[in-house]
Amino acid sequence: MRFSGLRVIKEALTGHKGWTPVWRDPEPQAHYDIIIIGGGGHGLATAYYLAKEFKQKRIAVLEKGWIGGGNVGRNTTIIRSNYLLDGNEPFYEMSLKLWEGLEQDFNFNAMVSQRGILNLIHSDAQRDAFIRRGNAMILNGADAEMLTTEQIKARYPYLNTDDARFPIKGGLAQHRGGTVRHDAVAWGYARGADSHGVDIIQNCEVTGFKIENGNALGVETSRGYIGAGKIGCAVAGSSGRLMAHANMRLPIESHVLQAFVSEGLKPVMPGVVTFGAGHFYCSQSDKGGLVFGGDLDGYNSYAQRGNLPVVEDVCEGGMAIFPAFGRARVLRMWGGVMDMSMDGSPIIDKTHIDGLYFNGGWCYGGFKATPASGMCFAHLLARDTPHPNATAYRFDRFEKGLMIDEKGVGNQPNLH
Amino acid sequence: MIINHPLLGPRDSAEFTYMGDARLIDRPDPQSDTAAQEFFAYGYLRDNPAGWHEELWFHEAGDRSWLVVTRNTLTHEISNVALARDVARSRGRSK
Amino acid sequence: MSQINRLTGGQIDTDKTYKFTFDGKSYTGHPGDTLASALLANGVRLMGRSFKYHRPRGPLTAGSEEPNALVELRSGARQEPNTRATTAELFDGLVSKSQNRLGSLKFDLLSINDRFSNFLTAGFYYKTFMWPAAFWEKIYEPLIRKAAGLGSLSLQDDPDVYDKGFLHCDLLIIGAGPAGLSAALTAARRGADVILADEDFRMGGRLNSETFAVGDQSGAEWAAATVGELSNMPNVRFMNRTTVIGAFDHGIFGAVERISDHLPTPAEGKPRQVLWRIYTRQSILAAGAIERPIAFENNDRPGIMLASALRTYANRYAVTADKRVAIFTNNDDGHRTAADLHAKGVRIAAVIDVRPDIPRSTDYEVLQGEVIDTKGRLGLTFAEVRLADGSMRTLECGALGVSGGWNPNVHLTCHQRGRPIWNETLAAFVPGGTLPPGMSVAGAANGDLSTAGALRGGAAAAKKALGIKGRLPALPQSEDAPVNITPFWYVQGCSRAWLDQQNDVTVKDIKLSHQEGFRSVEHLKRYTTLGMATDQGKTSNMGGLAIMAEMAGKTIPDVGTTIFRPPYTPTAIAAFAGRSRGAAFHPTRLTPSHKWATEQGAVFVEVGNWLRAQWFPRAGETTWRQSVDREVLATRKSVGICDVTTLGKIDVQGSDAAAFLNKIYCNGFAKLAVGKVRYGLMLREDGIVMDDGTAARLAPDHFVVTTTTANALPVYRHMEFVRQCLFPDMDVQLISTTEGWAQYAVAGPNSRKLLQKIVDVDISNEAFPFMACANITICGGLRTRLFRISFSGELAYEIAVPTAYGDALMRRIMEAGAEFGVTPYGTEALGVLRIEKGHATGNELNGTTTAQNLGMGRMVSKAKDSIGSILSEREGLNRADDLRLVGIKPVDPENPVPAGAHLMDADGPVDASHSQGYVTSACHSPNLGHAIALGFLKDGANRLGERMRLVSPLTGVDVEIEIVSAHFIDPEGERLRA
Repeated sequence: MRFSGLRVIKEALTGHKGWTPVWRDPEPQAHYDIIIIGGGGHGLATAYYLAKEFKQKRIAVLEKGWIGGGNVGRNTTIIRSNYLLDGNEPFYEMSLKLWEGLEQDFNFNAMVSQRGILNLIHSDAQRDAFIRRGNAMILNGADAEMLTTEQIKARYPYLNTDDARFPIKGGLAQHRGGTVRHDAVAWGYARGADSHGVDIIQNCEVTGFKIENGNALGVETSRGYIGAGKIGCAVAGSSGRLMAHANMRLPIESHVLQAFVSEGLKPVMPGVVTFGAGHFYCSQSDKGGLVFGGDLDGYNSYAQRGNLPVVEDVCEGGMAIFPAFGRARVLRMWGGVMDMSMDGSPIIDKTHIDGLYFNGGWCYGGFKATPASGMCFAHLLARDTPHPNATAYRFDRFEKGLMIDEKGVGNQPNLH
Repeated sequence: MIINHPLLGPRDSAEFTYMGDARLIDRPDPQSDTAAQEFFAYGYLRDNPAGWHEELWFHEAGDRSWLVVTRNTLTHEISNVALARDVARSRGRSK
Repeated sequence: MSQINRLTGGQIDTDKTYKFTFDGKSYTGHPGDTLASALLANGVRLMGRSFKYHRPRGPLTAGSEEPNALVELRSGARQEPNTRATTAELFDGLVSKSQNRLGSLKFDLLSINDRFSNFLTAGFYYKTFMWPAAFWEKIYEPLIRKAAGLGSLSLQDDPDVYDKGFLHCDLLIIGAGPAGLSAALTAARRGADVILADEDFRMGGRLNSETFAVGDQSGAEWAAATVGELSNMPNVRFMNRTTVIGAFDHGIFGAVERISDHLPTPAEGKPRQVLWRIYTRQSILAAGAIERPIAFENNDRPGIMLASALRTYANRYAVTADKRVAIFTNNDDGHRTAADLHAKGVRIAAVIDVRPDIPRSTDYEVLQGEVIDTKGRLGLTFAEVRLADGSMRTLECGALGVSGGWNPNVHLTCHQRGRPIWNETLAAFVPGGTLPPGMSVAGAANGDLSTAGALRGGAAAAKKALGIKGRLPALPQSEDAPVNITPFWYVQGCSRAWLDQQNDVTVKDIKLSHQEGFRSVEHLKRYTTLGMATDQGKTSNMGGLAIMAEMAGKTIPDVGTTIFRPPYTPTAIAAFAGRSRGAAFHPTRLTPSHKWATEQGAVFVEVGNWLRAQWFPRAGETTWRQSVDREVLATRKSVGICDVTTLGKIDVQGSDAAAFLNKIYCNGFAKLAVGKVRYGLMLREDGIVMDDGTAARLAPDHFVVTTTTANALPVYRHMEFVRQCLFPDMDVQLISTTEGWAQYAVAGPNSRKLLQKIVDVDISNEAFPFMACANITICGGLRTRLFRISFSGELAYEIAVPTAYGDALMRRIMEAGAEFGVTPYGTEALGVLRIEKGHATGNELNGTTTAQNLGMGRMVSKAKDSIGSILSEREGLNRADDLRLVGIKPVDPENPVPAGAHLMDADGPVDASHSQGYVTSACHSPNLGHAIALGFLKDGANRLGERMRLVSPLTGVDVEIEIVSAHFIDPEGERLRA
């Protein structure tokens, strides 16, 4: 079924009887050519591009719960490509370009809103670093602009420039960055994948791999054994748990990241702002909630919830730059489990087991990467070679000393 | 969270800085023939269990002890806290 | 308008009258009123507009679960959007405004949305607004954003103060209704430290809303008497107006106490709110239960509310929503409302009960049937009833109380991801098996819905929590009615029947969601927005779950619930921040010379939490460059002084101190002679440079290590890790002495002459050569550490004294140096001097650089084990064309060489894949008369003299540059050895 304004009007006039499930609910078959484990944004996008762009057949997505229930449904919805390093920037810029055409591509309004992202600058050293980054972005074909404090104040007049502990000395803006309605990304990809024949199987937890002579042959699931030609794992947050079934230890730790939304408010935030001297970033949803977050809680956790010290730390950062938000109320706080990798960058690679492929280690940057991750993982699964924009995301980069460390903090995941 | 410091009693975890898996105590022998491979695994690979996890916390706003805290990553329950120095000695580390 | 709907009795003080306004119109109320009760007393039912369709709405509840009656409270900078009128305490002069409307509340132009509701069903926006793509940001989204949202922020800085506090107790009791009070009495009488917290301003919970007796008193009297007894006990802390917002790990609760929200403005010196972290051994959740509505056509008109809310308004606030009231119920509790209101003289139009065996009344009519529709544009006028025999009745009424049963308030039991379990008798979820550790649940929150059950449950929970053996204490007699309910969620055949009144989610939306495959409860929530409003679905979720279960042919427990998240009720961002805002956001660290520098008119800059002098402007200097150039030139020509106290300083002592430093630094320290300083390069275990600094050997078993300012803490932490976790038997002790010593760099050709005037020892080049160090005295006896080290490249010293003498030393040096024209210099000149000399700092040590990148690859000793040595040998860190630190200068001396610019081959393409490196640090060199820079360049060591293109498209720079040695000044190092 094709969605359109006309269709909405037609259904409204005929009692909404024509709407059908956005994706089917098929029974698992005994064997698929390709199984994707994980019905999150990345898994669903991978399946979608496998079917649509790489013309693969007999594909299933296995999801242990309900699709979109992981980090694609628990993030702060920001998209951007303001990366510094060669290993990253072309990949994220490709992702941003895919976002720009996504809704028309999969015929689902995910509310891709290019309202701009702004990184505030508070010191000369930070300005130098942001100039280098902005230049790297432009040299990679992305957009970047350096804004003065006056230009920033014109857009955010209530920013604290009166008694700020760390004065604002400008900002790096990416106007093509913005936000997306996160759940709709999972649903849109699910709808698209389903319409290309992909079986999306919910409530189907993978409990083991069948591996013989170094070949992955299929998966044991809560709904029985399913054979597969190739298996792609895209379960960021739970990568450690899943890959332990294949006796793999990963360069990844699982950490909790909290996020927050306020009660609905009339529009105050035109774009996304990040504070450069504390742990705080914020945007406003179309519903009116201020959506904001900060740093990791900092300890290994699979609990999808955090603790008060970080809640307070984030709100302190918020009040430092936006003292006019003080009387807005936090409505909900929640936690997502992050695959924190050893250099802060992801992995899209084959494993040492034939037929078993891995996509993970997204840290807290996975949402914006969803389209490119799907495209690149699909490329790897379909062609057995990495996509040109994802060649750096290899497992062996740590052993070889080819880390992609944007923050420069080394092999301690909670610092990335 | 509350960490029951072996010397100081219960302290808020906000006084501590977290590092990671307590296997970081087990620094490989640099003289080993396979040191490069062992240091790679030591530096980069983690069990990352969903369950009990021995991990290193530094009492940064306190007495500056490194502690080994046994904590459940699913529930955050803490079952044991020891001085990292004692743990290190018990695992054969010396000079 | 007078208070036409005011009844007699209640717990309000009618001797006093408060004036207040709503939408500019004046009304009166009394102490003890909420804004909602006072407005209802004045005959005002319409208080807000819904989120999507802008439907007229009045209060649904009398508590914090309110979805509808949200107002902008107060004015000016204190304007608070989305404040629940049902909990806002009335005060004299209160100002309030309705919100989310275009035009007046009665004639909201956006109510046009309601006419198009059939097009605006759940998720309609996912299916349209896609063409053309650019229209989303330009047209569709701005329209949606403007119509959405609820209240407005003033966008002025919040003028109030917020505080934080920490409390500890044996037992935290959440909720001071019958269960909470009973628990508190039991525990307090046993001597336990008890905190009793309740979100309400009046303790007593439902006892204040009911007419039941407890013993020989009314419930409210018993509550007051119990509060009286408890408040005389020193081991009990009462916290009314305190909402426990979250149950966090290890028995820590967050709570917000509203100190001043019931006052026009906070009293002098008082905060508006306090965020408490409460550390508990045990906790009892006695948060009661929340009544739930029944969905029927047009069930959202102002005047339609929960039956229990009508009872609260009548019994506690002496208010009725209208003179004629009807009740619609599926359980016995609804009948109580009719009886109580009747007793207060309110006309009961009828009680409509869906059950076949319904309790009769001689006072009013009781009908078996269902409310199938209502009328009244801005407030209820009629209810249409379909009787069991199929006949229809139209009841005239201005208020309709709806009772669909009670949901135990399990919210806090689920904050650690516990799931509630289904109770058939109550037709409700009750707390499940996995509660937060240390928590028990009592009273209605646990499914004991009678008063006697609550008293019993509270006492029993307190006994269990404290490990008290034996029988329950004697409890007063009270009502113990069983729950009698027939589950009934919505009236068949209805379509626009509201479940989530704030977000405008109807029964039809739930069915459509199911039809479109959004069948998991989380999908339902996210697709329809059910339960995502400011009340987190407290009154709406159960209805949605029940309909979902029916559609799917499942039971309600099989459908499950969504996850309850903190905070229990929305909490001001400022409350979480406390006093950490503005200039107090982070502590400010000042160096010992700060006062002196301020007297000199220094300009300061933030360096982490430190404030450092950036430059010292002099009369006649109009730009910062003039000041900095002067400071640099004066230092190179004669002598300058700079406060370097912020550098990290770590004392390393013990017989294994040298062996320890050998592990910490990649270069060797074992053979460093006493009285000598050595530059040390510190790697992380991954082989990347962590920090650099110096280590001075003051004695065989005593070193002083310096770190960069930024890394003082991480380096100390790292060194303690190596000491305690890797080499626990090394005889070495560490202590951070950063705050203990004031340290100044004295640099320039006249630095020796200057210092010789104040030191008590010979510091000639022979006696105290380059890289010497010593414990000496100055000024006739002050103990001092002197290091002959140079960051500027000049003959230079760093001199350290105990912090208390820092100010005096600075003044003394300035005095002694007057004859040499000693010039204080700030961080800018410091930066210029080190760039001229080619020294790396944070811009170069950016966490990705190796020793080889810095041209120091050979410093990594192969002769010993040190942290990072093994992994530094990885192939990726040792490529032949690795980045190398180089100097950069413009071919045309007028051109800039800005930091952050990228190096490109002179005649190659300009794009990322052809970038050869980048500029890390740049400045104007007053000594050379042009811009200079440091940067990293691929294979840089072999490209000296090469001309390249330096581009910074971000800042519009594209210049020709030459690659040169990083040592712009005195490459042979003659000056520093002079």
